[in-house]
Amino acid sequence: MMDINPTTIFLAAIFTNNMIFSYFLGMCSFISVSNEIPTSLGLGQAVTFVTTATAIINYIIYKYVLLPLHLEYLRFVVFIITIAAFVQLIEMVVERYFPSLYYSLGIFLPLITVNCIVFAVSLFMVIRNYTFLQSVAYAAGSGLGWTLAIVAMAGAKQRIKNNKLPKGLEGPGITLIITGLMALAFVGFSGIVQIQ
Amino acid sequence: MHMILLTTAIVTSFTGLLAVLLTLADRTIANYGEKKLVINDDKEYIVKGGSSLLSALIGEKIFIPSACGGKGTCGYCKVKVLEGGGPVLPTELPWLSKEELDGNIRLSCQVKIKEDMKIYIPEELFNVREYEATVEILEDMTPEIKKVRLRLNEGEEINFKPGQYIQLKVPAYEGNDEEVFRAYSIASSPEEKNFIDLYIGYTGGIATTYVHKFLKKGDRVYINGPYGDFYYHDNRDKEMVLVAVGTGIAPILSILRYMADNRIDRKATFYFGAKTPNDLFELELIHSFEESIPGFKFIPTLSRVKEEHNWTGERGRVNVQLEKYIDNGEGKEAYLCGSPAMIDTVVEILKKKGFTDDAIFYDRF
Repeated sequence: MMDINPTTIFLAAIFTNNMIFSYFLGMCSFISVSNEIPTSLGLGQAVTFVTTATAIINYIIYKYVLLPLHLEYLRFVVFIITIAAFVQLIEMVVERYFPSLYYSLGIFLPLITVNCIVFAVSLFMVIRNYTFLQSVAYAAGSGLGWTLAIVAMAGAKQRIKNNKLPKGLEGPGITLIITGLMALAFVGFSGIVQIQ
Repeated sequence: MHMILLTTAIVTSFTGLLAVLLTLADRTIANYGEKKLVINDDKEYIVKGGSSLLSALIGEKIFIPSACGGKGTCGYCKVKVLEGGGPVLPTELPWLSKEELDGNIRLSCQVKIKEDMKIYIPEELFNVREYEATVEILEDMTPEIKKVRLRLNEGEEINFKPGQYIQLKVPAYEGNDEEVFRAYSIASSPEEKNFIDLYIGYTGGIATTYVHKFLKKGDRVYINGPYGDFYYHDNRDKEMVLVAVGTGIAPILSILRYMADNRIDRKATFYFGAKTPNDLFELELIHSFEESIPGFKFIPTLSRVKEEHNWTGERGRVNVQLEKYIDNGEGKEAYLCGSPAMIDTVVEILKKKGFTDDAIFYDRF
């Protein structure tokens, strides 16, 4: 895997290997917070930031602590703890020093701790043996891909807000159907690049 | 062996390091120092910054109604923030109407104290407190209704208006793993400040199961209160119409006891609805009011009476008697307590009889 250009990985993470549309990861907040475009955009930005930052930290911990000690199997525990602690810390910092950022983004931070894609990115980067630059590109791309997905979903939901739906399909039901249709559309990108 | 020790050491030191880091951050970054909280322009408190407004208020023994415990999911803990609350958070928006947003109403569990604040809360909430109490009487009134007397600690007093309610804290018990609060009207007289009486009917719910199947005499319980805008109004020239069914009798008894204790001579008729004679209770007490309150009249009425009951009194639901006995509602006041269905029916009848909206007080449960 050493030979793929980070830019390729970045683009692939957004389009061909989109976390939502090809892995169906990070669905909980994708389904529940995708009602308004501004909110979705805020959450997306926060996810991108946290995913990238934790990927960097986890990469360093993995490469310089876990690998030399042959404790690769501890990565699940260690990655999760790192993510949880990092999100806590960043929330405190943002709340204290960047109040306006806190009111637009910070409020989503607790939601992100439990977003699967944050963990998935850290895990995939070590499974696929990415280099540092590749990992960063992959993390940022995955975050942006998720943002793209949730903003698109919010847009679609706003368009159908006033339409009459069958009772059983309201809310998560129709969201999953739209997700499926969008995923089909994203399959169209899949021949362009392969990163795994 | 080496592997196990190494793993333990790494995980321990790693989590330890993060814990230290977070604790330090909590002490420094999240430490906002002491802030001044001014309530209703006259009361000043010094509170720890960084905590939520709701928890700071509870810390000062000011109880804002809250059912979810500060998770932002019930929307009860609304207060008016005049200064220093920061912008409204996305987590509050689902609970606030446009009028409330314009009126600076916020959810106190979501607002964090980061600067000096000025807030406004209804004056009566200052009277709300938490009390520890002992179950002194636990008595069957009917097969389904228990009378519970809760005695406060020596020297403690609860000040309430006749008709108000308290919340009983129901702990986790076998078959129920969550702590809940349930509201019950106080039946005792406001002149008795060291105990309260409650009537609790069995419905199979979390709280009533606790009271009927688990609670014992001598148990310690927690209550908080008083709450509620259903209470006696001292308009002595107005004749009173009191209506209750089942355990709805509790606030009515408190009102009658208050009138008897204070020798209030006011015309009052109490309509008490039940199904059979076995569902009527505290009759002796109610009949005693006929002597202590000169203008008092009691009309019990039964809706499912049979031959073997030998019942000579009124028959039918309370609305039947109201239709029968009340000619004109002008200049009268009504106090109703019971199920939403009963309240709706009765309010409709009373309005037809000429009662004005501001002369009908009710408490639905």
